[in-house]
Amino acid sequence: MDRVLYIDLTKKRFWVERRADLFERYIGGTGVAIQLLKENCSDGVDPLSPDNPIIFAVGPLTGVFPMASKTIAMFKSPHTGNLGESHAGGRSAIAIRMAGYGAIVIKGASASPIYVSIHGDKVFFRDASALWGMRSAFTVGRIIRENERGAGLRTIMRIGRAGERLVSYACVTTETYRHFGRLGLGAVFGSKKLKAVVVAGKRSIPVSNKRGYRELYDEIYKSAVESPVMKKYHDLGTPENVLPLNKFGGLPTRNLKEASFEEAEKISGERFARDYLGRRLACSHCPVGCIHIAALREPYEDEPYFYKTSMISYDYEPIYALGSMIGGSDPEGLLKLMDKIETLGLDAMTTGVVLAWATEAQEKGLISEEDTMGIKLSWGDYPSYISFVDLIVNAPNDFFKAVARGVEYASDIYGGKDFALAFGGNEMPGYHTGPGAHIGFLMGSRHSHLDCAGYSLDQKVLVKERLSPCEIAKRLLDEERWRQILSSLAICFFARGIYKPNVVCRALSLVGFEFSEDDLRRIGAEIHKAKYRFKIDNGFSLKTIRIPKRILETSSPIGMLDERAIREALDCVWREVV
Amino acid sequence: MRLAVVDTERCVGCQSCMFACARRFGEAGLAKTCIGVRSVGGMERGFVVVVCRGCEDPPCARVCPTGALKVKSEGGVFLKPDECIGCGYCKEACPIGAVFWDDETNKPMICSHCGYCANYCPHGVLEVFREEERHSYG
Repeated sequence: MDRVLYIDLTKKRFWVERRADLFERYIGGTGVAIQLLKENCSDGVDPLSPDNPIIFAVGPLTGVFPMASKTIAMFKSPHTGNLGESHAGGRSAIAIRMAGYGAIVIKGASASPIYVSIHGDKVFFRDASALWGMRSAFTVGRIIRENERGAGLRTIMRIGRAGERLVSYACVTTETYRHFGRLGLGAVFGSKKLKAVVVAGKRSIPVSNKRGYRELYDEIYKSAVESPVMKKYHDLGTPENVLPLNKFGGLPTRNLKEASFEEAEKISGERFARDYLGRRLACSHCPVGCIHIAALREPYEDEPYFYKTSMISYDYEPIYALGSMIGGSDPEGLLKLMDKIETLGLDAMTTGVVLAWATEAQEKGLISEEDTMGIKLSWGDYPSYISFVDLIVNAPNDFFKAVARGVEYASDIYGGKDFALAFGGNEMPGYHTGPGAHIGFLMGSRHSHLDCAGYSLDQKVLVKERLSPCEIAKRLLDEERWRQILSSLAICFFARGIYKPNVVCRALSLVGFEFSEDDLRRIGAEIHKAKYRFKIDNGFSLKTIRIPKRILETSSPIGMLDERAIREALDCVWREVV
Repeated sequence: MRLAVVDTERCVGCQSCMFACARRFGEAGLAKTCIGVRSVGGMERGFVVVVCRGCEDPPCARVCPTGALKVKSEGGVFLKPDECIGCGYCKEACPIGAVFWDDETNKPMICSHCGYCANYCPHGVLEVFREEERHSYG
């Protein structure tokens, strides 16, 4: 577990270092990754330079207990210019652990396109010139799949053309349908001429008490397959949230001009399941299987009885970003746009918010049809959006070069700042549920809804009782600190209800870590602090963070948001973290 | 007891069965697993579940030069490790790829049809049958 694989793309060298010092103190995943990032990325490094490292880390429970199947990626984000952290599942975590590593550090840059193939102790640098510039990321996956061994025991992380062309919100795709989606890891790959990373392996992991291991395994497995919460993820999947959030009045619609969507039913989890669901998939070592794949059958226009069937993954966040947020209610249009985004390798959430901002900016006359090269955007018009997305990647003029860096940057140039929905430079997730959600986006160390689940505080607590801004901040901070432990164990946040503190302590004990619940909470706070230290050292401040005016203009289910209260909450967080 | 793959279309690729197989020996990880799940060629097309189907006249045993693989009366094989020289002919002979390899001992690993993995198949891909039900799954 304490083996860290270093790969230098410039010199085409690799070596292993034992870092028990890090794993014993910070567990794994996020905790170890932030330390490795600090060691390998000095302040002020250009995110697209060879000096920006890519860190992947897994946890001590990965491959031992179910649902500890996330890989934590850390890097400096080319999108925000600050801390980049993104999590993905698929087969990535199991493959890294089974190849014999707790973490991988990729440094330098190659002069020509390559992909790296890690098979246990061996690392191969393979030429990727023939894959560079390939139109579809799906095809790239297919080719590497056929070239490499280890089927079923490997991960293939790859980028599309968006990453090659350094779109700052390009993603890295793993196993076709899972993503290191947010904050632009794909562009960091692209800047290193790194088309893909393959990891494969197979090994045993020792546990101290075989009987105790099997018993605790059964307990966790049973709660995973029997709990109603996990059933929800398996049945309709995350899109089950579309209708409840809409009813609640927290579904961002048309660039958050509204917070409910009159046509939500057409893009609901129920509707997708009924009309399109073609297959469900799981990450390795997760019995839940929350991944939902739509089958979209389309006729070719030039020849009768000629069809293609595309298999397209859908989830709540892409449905929000590429549905309600852009006023889109045609599920087929939504799926086609999703497919286009997958083909290019973009982050679906940021792309949707960019489209929403551009639509409103054009509506308000801030950008012309000349800027958009003749595209007239209007809410819900999928054919225009699909053409627009191609242009984001091709970036043929200044306007598209600007939107290829997100709404914060584009609105610096074209105006429309008040409705540029980014927090700390990262585009908004699909929750306008109340102050909890927005304070969470602002203060979260990744500016993600998953940092501290403010949307959950809104729906479970703030609907019933008032909390002072500082109390809200404190609750969110507590949640985010605990989540540092979950992501250091590389446990999927969907399983947070199963991995309660005492379960985590027992599981860790079986793999040789003796921590009390208090120890874990202390370590969680320490990891959170380390992440914030990195952010501050790279110029981040909660004092000056921009609050998009739009969130104050559209009523939330908890009422209108108050900027002063939000600032007060952020001040409380700031005092805690500096 | 006989393990059977009853419907691969229901497989979500979670690989819980593979981890279960290794856990029989109280081990975590995948080194000791005798069952394999991989995609058909991209997860969008579903999965292949590879495990010994307990042939009555198993080719793996037929090619074993030392007789280390013994045929069981109900079909399938078991390994007498002391007699195995690790030549790997059995692995080559199995057309479905169900002879797995233990790199530590350099000997084959083949499913014993204990059925432990089926307890951890959440979606009804694997099932355990009694011998007299054999006709029903073929």
